[in-house]
Amino acid sequence: MTPGAVPPHPSGHNYARRYWMFAAPAALVVAAVIVFPWIFTFYMSVHDWKVSGSTPFVGLANYAKMLTDERFLWAIVRTLVFTAASVIAPLVLGVWAAVTFAANFRGRGLARTVFVLPMMATPVAISLVWTMMFHPQLGVLNYLLSLIGLPPFAWVYDSTTVIPTLVMVETWQWTPLVMLIVLGGIASLPTDPYEAAILDGATAWQMFRHITLPLAWPFIVVAAVIRMIDALKAFDTIYVITLGGPGTSSETLNILLYQTAFAYYDLGYGSAMVVVFFVLILLISMVLLHVCQKQVMS
Amino acid sequence: MRRGRLGKIASQAGLYVSALILVTPALSFFLWMLSLAFKNEADNTDYPPVFIPNPPTLANFIDVFEKNDFLAYTINSVIVSFSATGLALLLGVPAGYGIAKAKATKAAVLILIARVTPGLSYLIPLFLLFQWLGLIGTLTPLIITHLVITVPIVVWIMIGFFEGLPGELEEAALVDGANIWQAFRYVAMPLARPGITVAMILAFIFSWNNFIFGVVLAGRSTRTLPVAVYNVLTFEQISWGPLAAAALVVTAPVLLLTLLMQKEIVAGLTAGGVKGG
Repeated sequence: MTPGAVPPHPSGHNYARRYWMFAAPAALVVAAVIVFPWIFTFYMSVHDWKVSGSTPFVGLANYAKMLTDERFLWAIVRTLVFTAASVIAPLVLGVWAAVTFAANFRGRGLARTVFVLPMMATPVAISLVWTMMFHPQLGVLNYLLSLIGLPPFAWVYDSTTVIPTLVMVETWQWTPLVMLIVLGGIASLPTDPYEAAILDGATAWQMFRHITLPLAWPFIVVAAVIRMIDALKAFDTIYVITLGGPGTSSETLNILLYQTAFAYYDLGYGSAMVVVFFVLILLISMVLLHVCQKQVMS
Repeated sequence: MRRGRLGKIASQAGLYVSALILVTPALSFFLWMLSLAFKNEADNTDYPPVFIPNPPTLANFIDVFEKNDFLAYTINSVIVSFSATGLALLLGVPAGYGIAKAKATKAAVLILIARVTPGLSYLIPLFLLFQWLGLIGTLTPLIITHLVITVPIVVWIMIGFFEGLPGELEEAALVDGANIWQAFRYVAMPLARPGITVAMILAFIFSWNNFIFGVVLAGRSTRTLPVAVYNVLTFEQISWGPLAAAALVVTAPVLLLTLLMQKEIVAGLTAGGVKGG
């Protein structure tokens, strides 16, 4: 032991570079299974790529094809309609649920857990049960309607009711995630404004409207962004319940993408759709996040 | 004063009504699922519907396991989800630590983009890759693609967790001559155990639930449970009992896990807004 051999003081900065070593193995895997597919998808999207045979370079032909492909354009419209409804409904219900579960009452823990179950349950499993409940003659939903004197509803068996019905399933499934994010926000709020408001004789609605809503707003916006991304990506429930039908009346972009790539094996065109889809998601997310940041600042 | 107390009772009652309305859709759905799975076929196709199985029968479950080789699919699902979760922890816990310590926000953004990307968009290139490698028909492609779900979940939760830990203990260890690997392994990691539990549960559940990767990549003998259950639908559209029983078999482990670990799961989901696929 020489007296001079004192190790340098480990200030965080000296180590910053070496901490990358911890992330290196994960970075390799992420590069292989996440970044490689991104790049390769783009490469395929500028080729005429069927599963077998040659794959000639076609430039932007696949992208040009989309502009005149009515099936694709309708899928975009449907996706946007489905997404808008599948953001708004869960958001409203989720905020209501968050306010309810933020209050103290007996059995709150259990009630909250039951409320969260739909988002944890296997999507294929719940889709099957919904499918059985939608059955026009034997389904339990039409029976329940008949109990309150309503005529049977077509649910997923009619092109005009299929999207609203799928939005209902999506809302049932994903309102809990909105609730959890907003609940996290409400739990972090200071209590003094509420105490002051109670002294001033404010009603519950006034407190919600003028204290909870503005303070929890950033969390609501985050929940909206996450919900929107997930709604755009919705696949399992739509695939299992309708497969895009009847006809193509519930064929969203994700379903069309699947059909193009894995039913018609047109991988080049499918890849081009993926690229457009990805850009669409990124654009909408960025717009919403931009709005979010503004809201937080003001 | 009296009005205040009355008001309190009224608001308490309001809370219960509100909670009841909120919980009813989920509760009645899962009760109906149980009812379908435990009723015999005659009761399942009866109109008006029979609500309470009388007597409850296990015939549907026996039917599912006998006719559909569900045992093999269950084993497939267990192998895929456990491997994908285990590998994700092995890779993701150190990565989360490294990213948190190096304050590498760019790496975190990459993880976010992975969260945003539709699962389908990984499938076209990976499908071709696995075909070239001759791996289609084995469980390997499934395990690898499930990493797309599990690794971002683990990394994301662990970044948040390690950022929340006080750095003093590790710095003390470093002053005492430990290297950064030892500081991570013996100081930071034990402290982060609750975070690792949360990451593990969520990664497992979202891998277990995944359908889309299996539908494209699994062959006849490598189906995972969600894919197998979907096939029951296509072949036995009319027999509801076995269908509901199959659905219950897939999702029961997840529902039980949620009920048992609700605190951890709620904490993890609140923190990250995570969801797989």
